[in-house]
Amino acid sequence: MSEHIKPVSRYTTGARINHWITAVSLILLALSGMALFHPSLYFLTGLFGGGEFTRVIHPWIGVVLAISFLGLFFRFFTLNLWNRDDTVWMKNLGAVINNKEEGLPEVGKYNAGQKLVFWGQSILIFALLCSGVVLWDTYFATYTTIDQKRLSAVIHALCAIGVILIWIVHVYAAIWVKGTIRAMTQGSVTGGWAWKHHRKWFRQEVGKP
Amino acid sequence: MSVLQALDLRRRSASSVPPPAAGKPAAVAVAKLIDVSKCIGCKACQAACLEWNQLDQPIGYTDGTYDNPTDLTTASWTVMRFTEYEHGDDLEWLIRKDGCMHCDDPGCLKACPAPGAIVQYTNGIVDFVSENCIGCGYCLKGCPFNIPRISQTTSKAYKCTLCSDRVVVGQAPACAKACPTQAIYFGTKDDMIAHAGKRIVDLKSRGYQNAGLYNPQGVGGTHVMYVLQHADKPSLYAGLPDNPHISPLVGIWKGVMKPLSLAAIAFAGAFGFLHYITKGPNTVSEHDEAKADELAAGKDRA
Repeated sequence: MSEHIKPVSRYTTGARINHWITAVSLILLALSGMALFHPSLYFLTGLFGGGEFTRVIHPWIGVVLAISFLGLFFRFFTLNLWNRDDTVWMKNLGAVINNKEEGLPEVGKYNAGQKLVFWGQSILIFALLCSGVVLWDTYFATYTTIDQKRLSAVIHALCAIGVILIWIVHVYAAIWVKGTIRAMTQGSVTGGWAWKHHRKWFRQEVGKP
Repeated sequence: MSVLQALDLRRRSASSVPPPAAGKPAAVAVAKLIDVSKCIGCKACQAACLEWNQLDQPIGYTDGTYDNPTDLTTASWTVMRFTEYEHGDDLEWLIRKDGCMHCDDPGCLKACPAPGAIVQYTNGIVDFVSENCIGCGYCLKGCPFNIPRISQTTSKAYKCTLCSDRVVVGQAPACAKACPTQAIYFGTKDDMIAHAGKRIVDLKSRGYQNAGLYNPQGVGGTHVMYVLQHADKPSLYAGLPDNPHISPLVGIWKGVMKPLSLAAIAFAGAFGFLHYITKGPNTVSEHDEAKADELAAGKDRA
């Protein structure tokens, strides 16, 4: 086996810390939220010290997530703007799922699927923040009517399920596409990974001094 | 309030209830009947409620009406609401004793996420069980009558218990006991409906053509009922809902959404697993690495 080029840097230390704060808070929010959403999952409140503590802590974790995700949003939103190649990529989603992505246009730092994950989570988390504040009776009970709170409860639950579904896609994609997870644990990927999945981005990276 | 073990449960929030033991006689549904036409607005019922339940309502302020306090609170589980109803040259004072209606189909209980924080006894009384309450405020969203209140100090929800701790030992609720004009009756629901019938006949003979019983079917009937002089317009009585029902939003939230959401999550997980075992992982080959080296070397030379 020959010596390969040194790994390609994909995420700075700051971006990785930012990502993992978001990831941990999202998982905690999903667990505490599901505990109060479905009676069969109420036992999950035990992870947070009981029902009352779950009710108290959930919105505060939400604040952490909102701030943390805002950081990710500003780091990455320019890289996630849609272009024509993304439309072609989406039309060939079947080939991607079948591990036959060779014929597709070269991909920049993010492919169309990753961009959809980014925008999906951005919109849903914003909606969760807004509806969550309406439901945060401890501080905001008097600012909205009961009907607005009812609507918020439905929106909050719907968006949360959306976020969890996108999260499953996000995590599964990282497991499925080998060599991906080290980008978020070590900050770098192999040249082969970059060449195979994000060649346009790879060309820019190796071109840098 | 804690659960009264002498009473059987019909419903329990966020959990299922085993049917009562075989051979046990079915519980008799109870009801409180409030005859608005006989109420003089003395507030003895409010005082009795505070006293029996050992509640302390801090002195508040007046907003220019006789309502005191101006709304239900965590201590005032019942409040007389005064309405001046003018029609033609006539002025009527409609005084409604507001409080929990003890719905047969309780929206608070359906919305509650904490197992056993809200119970409905087989006699129809809906009770909050503080030790299980987590203070989330979902009961406020489920309630069609805007009754429960969350305490700022204990972060628990409170409302009228229909004096379940008195009823269980064969006593009438404190408010009914204290009422000097017998505007508040308590007994079996059947007896209360029958008694209301007589009162309505009397009211009609006195010119109240639209007198009637308020026992709204949109919530399955209630275990607190009113005799109203103008039963065709319940909203005259300080906004008593004309046709109360559990909000369809709460129905979606606490109904179809729960199983569908879990199914969607399970499906997504299963799809991922199946994809992995059928299509396999997407791996980077030695060829890809070589191509990367080639490209990088080319750039270096350039």
